[in-house]
Amino acid sequence: MRKVQNNKAWWLVLPVFLLVAFSAIIPMMTVVNYSLQDIFDQSNRYFVGTDWFRQVLQDPRLHDSLLRQFIYSGCVLLIEIPLGIAIALTMPTKGRWSSLCLIVMTIPLLIPFNVVGTIWQIFGRADIGLMGYALNKVGISYNYAANASDAWVTVLVIDVWHWTSLVALLCYSGLRAIPDVYYQAARIDRASGWAVFRHIQLPKMKSVLLIAVMLRFMDSFMIYTEPFVLTGGGPGNSTTFLSQTLTTMALGQFDLGPAAAFSLVYFLIILLVSWVFYTAMTHGEKN
Amino acid sequence: MSLTLEHVSRAVDGQTWIDDASLSFEPGSFNVLLGRTLSGKTSLMRLMAGLDKPDSGRILMNGKDVTQTAVRHRNVSMVYQQFINYPSMTVFENIASPLRQAGESREVIHSRVHETAKMLRIERFLQRYPLELSGGQQQRTAMARALVKDAELILFDEPLVNLDYKLREELRQEMRELFEARHTIAIYATTEPNEALALGGTTTILHEGRIVQSGKTPEVYHQPKTVLAAELFSEPPINLMPGRIDGNEVSFANFVHFPLNVDLRKVGDGQFRFGVRPSHLSLVPSNDDDLELAVTVELAEISGSETFLHVRNEHFSLVLHLPGVHAYDVDAAIRVYIPTHKLFVFDEQGRLIQAPGLRMARVA
Amino acid sequence: MAEIRLQNLAHSYSSAPSGPDDYAIREMSHIWEQGGAYALLGPSGCGKSTLLNIISGLLSPSEGQVMFDSKVVNDLTPEKRNIAQVFQFPVVYDTMTVYDNLAFPLRNQGMDEKRIQAKVQEIAEVLDLQAVLKNKAKNLSADEKQKVSMGRGLVRDDVSAILFDEPLTVIDPHLKWKLRRKLKQIHEQFNITMVYVTHDQLEASTFADKIAVMYGGQIVQFGTPRELFEKPSHTFVGYFIGSPGMNLIEVTPQDGGVGFGDIHLPLSKGLQRKLAGTEWSSLKVGIRPEFIHVWDGPYDDAMCADVTYVEDLGTYKILTLNLAGQSLKVRLQEDKPVPQGQAWISFPGQWLMLYADEYLLQADSDSEVPHA
Repeated sequence: MRKVQNNKAWWLVLPVFLLVAFSAIIPMMTVVNYSLQDIFDQSNRYFVGTDWFRQVLQDPRLHDSLLRQFIYSGCVLLIEIPLGIAIALTMPTKGRWSSLCLIVMTIPLLIPFNVVGTIWQIFGRADIGLMGYALNKVGISYNYAANASDAWVTVLVIDVWHWTSLVALLCYSGLRAIPDVYYQAARIDRASGWAVFRHIQLPKMKSVLLIAVMLRFMDSFMIYTEPFVLTGGGPGNSTTFLSQTLTTMALGQFDLGPAAAFSLVYFLIILLVSWVFYTAMTHGEKN
Repeated sequence: MSLTLEHVSRAVDGQTWIDDASLSFEPGSFNVLLGRTLSGKTSLMRLMAGLDKPDSGRILMNGKDVTQTAVRHRNVSMVYQQFINYPSMTVFENIASPLRQAGESREVIHSRVHETAKMLRIERFLQRYPLELSGGQQQRTAMARALVKDAELILFDEPLVNLDYKLREELRQEMRELFEARHTIAIYATTEPNEALALGGTTTILHEGRIVQSGKTPEVYHQPKTVLAAELFSEPPINLMPGRIDGNEVSFANFVHFPLNVDLRKVGDGQFRFGVRPSHLSLVPSNDDDLELAVTVELAEISGSETFLHVRNEHFSLVLHLPGVHAYDVDAAIRVYIPTHKLFVFDEQGRLIQAPGLRMARVA
Repeated sequence: MAEIRLQNLAHSYSSAPSGPDDYAIREMSHIWEQGGAYALLGPSGCGKSTLLNIISGLLSPSEGQVMFDSKVVNDLTPEKRNIAQVFQFPVVYDTMTVYDNLAFPLRNQGMDEKRIQAKVQEIAEVLDLQAVLKNKAKNLSADEKQKVSMGRGLVRDDVSAILFDEPLTVIDPHLKWKLRRKLKQIHEQFNITMVYVTHDQLEASTFADKIAVMYGGQIVQFGTPRELFEKPSHTFVGYFIGSPGMNLIEVTPQDGGVGFGDIHLPLSKGLQRKLAGTEWSSLKVGIRPEFIHVWDGPYDDAMCADVTYVEDLGTYKILTLNLAGQSLKVRLQEDKPVPQGQAWISFPGQWLMLYADEYLLQADSDSEVPHA
């Protein structure tokens, strides 16, 4: 339904606009400012143009982090999206079990990020953690603090545990929107379960999946708290992802210039990849 | 209160939805907008209501220009195809909602709601929730809500389409009675010509955003100005045959010839399209100058009291609307008769040259 | 091909039904013979969609049996019943082309591609879909999508019955004709049992050889469109079929017939005898608007009624009359003169129906009832 055109709406948007300007746009401009200059303090500023950008883009530490980050996000998507869909398909749709299921699925999403990190940190410890201890007892050597691949697996498991529910809930709502007639027609056409999934459920979940993929990509690409709390980025550099590298640069080393430049590059990478996902998933609609 | 549209147009994304529409409605009238889906009926109604603004042209209510007035300030009600009611309010509350919005007193609300509910025969459901009611009752609730406001303009967008066939008949009759004594202008959109005929009043035929014809329903029906109007306002569709008049003779598709009769004599020579209504064709000759055609039966659609016979020969296909049951097998060879005094004559551009005169005096 | 038999079938949505009101379908036994075109006609909420879903297997009846060719199929899923169903809303698989949509059921059966191609082409030709075979199904218009839905049912060799659940609801009126014609042609060509559910009596009568009229979960009459029209065996059938429906008037028995107000309606001897021998609590006469005879002027035995309203519907007119306080509708052909102010009418004996407790009363011997 089209809205009647008048300008009253702008007045209602103004407070939000001001808030966003204050908390996001102005700080962002500050970052841009810092990325183009070498600033010691208010009186010592030198315009350096693209120097910071060049430095940052050639930094091998950054390349490593970037690669790790891509692999990480890739793994997250590859695991969480199919798993979320699978869970959504098996969730009950009617009755009190469905309400219970929905509540249980929501719980991991409500836990603060560093609490999640802490839970798993203790859970996975080889000496006092339930999981760590049990795994070592049955003969699987597991130590996320010392072993790089164990650390990776643990960080991935944390994310899956934390966020798959989101994908599942989104897909669940997408599935609920499919009218019953489609299933009935498929039964009469003798379609197998897989055919029903491929030709009815998956296409109809497209818009919901788009949201899920974009959200999970962006969040996982920016991940900071959980790996930091779990391993501090170790062992060595194995679980140091982009955001941690950036923070170290900015707050640890006070290299504000390069950090600012890198923030912008980071931002642009996320934008670009999101755009690629979006176009790829919606190009079919344009026909 | 009167409603006038002057040269109203609206285009969306480069596509014309309404093209230069000019209409005028009298107070206390019942007006039908007839057209196929996507012909512009809903767009036109939304413009009348004020939900959309036209790109050009003016809309006047009671002589006052309301083109820029928001729908909130126009005295309008609308009833939709999907029975739209507030699910969490009782029927009473639903009907009362416009009055509460207007700030009426409790007594006024109480009496008006009961009065309107009684008119629509839903008084005993006032304390129930809409979802507990049947489709017809829900639609009546929506209509009551539209009527209680006593708006000057009520718009109905195919409101009966989701209801039973029989329920539709009943509600149509009730609607006609409801509007008889009021000053509101009622505008009713439908895709079915039979509904337009049953509801009476005036009919405006729309096609692809343009007004094809507008006027009193019997006039538009019996005197369609163009071939398009004749086609759109007829179910089953009017039969059309290309032909020509040459001196004293009429021929259809160079194959059927018959001498000019009194009525057609006035037309003059030339190429024309001749139309005849399915209900005027018959299986037995009833007049001396009836035209006989040998055809084969394509299909006989039999309803209890009437038959729709689809026939063809190698030049054209025809549909007959016959009273009674006539069961013919496919490919049966029969003869049909066309009364020549009931022919419509349209010129090659589709304009009406002549409509058949009526043999009986009409009842006022 | 299948003869579909319903034996003592009843269905309730509640797990512990206490009375007839809890039943969506009250106990019925019915046979649909092979190869017939049938319609299931009734108002919304009468149970027709429930019955259709029971026949197709999407719903399992709470009581009674469904049999295909004498085999009980209650426990068979729709997949195993060789049924095709076309729904109210066109169901097409959006990701596939029209060709793939039509081929889908055959591919699920494992048919080889050559045979699939032949079959799909055949059905596409019957349904006039050849031009759009390569198009994506989701871009079609509503009526084309419905044709694709129908096509998926027709393309299978092993289909014994096709069930239609109000399939023309979303179709534009000027296209409904074409689809109705198509359905009739398909029926004649393929000779499959077809059951068509609708609330539109015109659709039902143009499609079906025999119509089952449903009311309150029961089939109240099963007959040809003509029988339903000329001899409705229940007042509901009289009311529901025909536009407008049958005129029904409450009457009381009188000497030599029945009457209301100051009007006396004579009945045949056989009918009087039958009436005398029947127990009833409500008595009505019914006569269809099409059968009321309107005289050109006053006539000996004709009754005089006041004309209250005239509706011009193009091909015919409907007169609303007041006869001794009762409102009647009469249907007049276009050319007939319309009486002004007063009308002289009579009810021909062969079309005057007598209903006791809503069911038709007929004289026991046929010779008493003259035929058209």
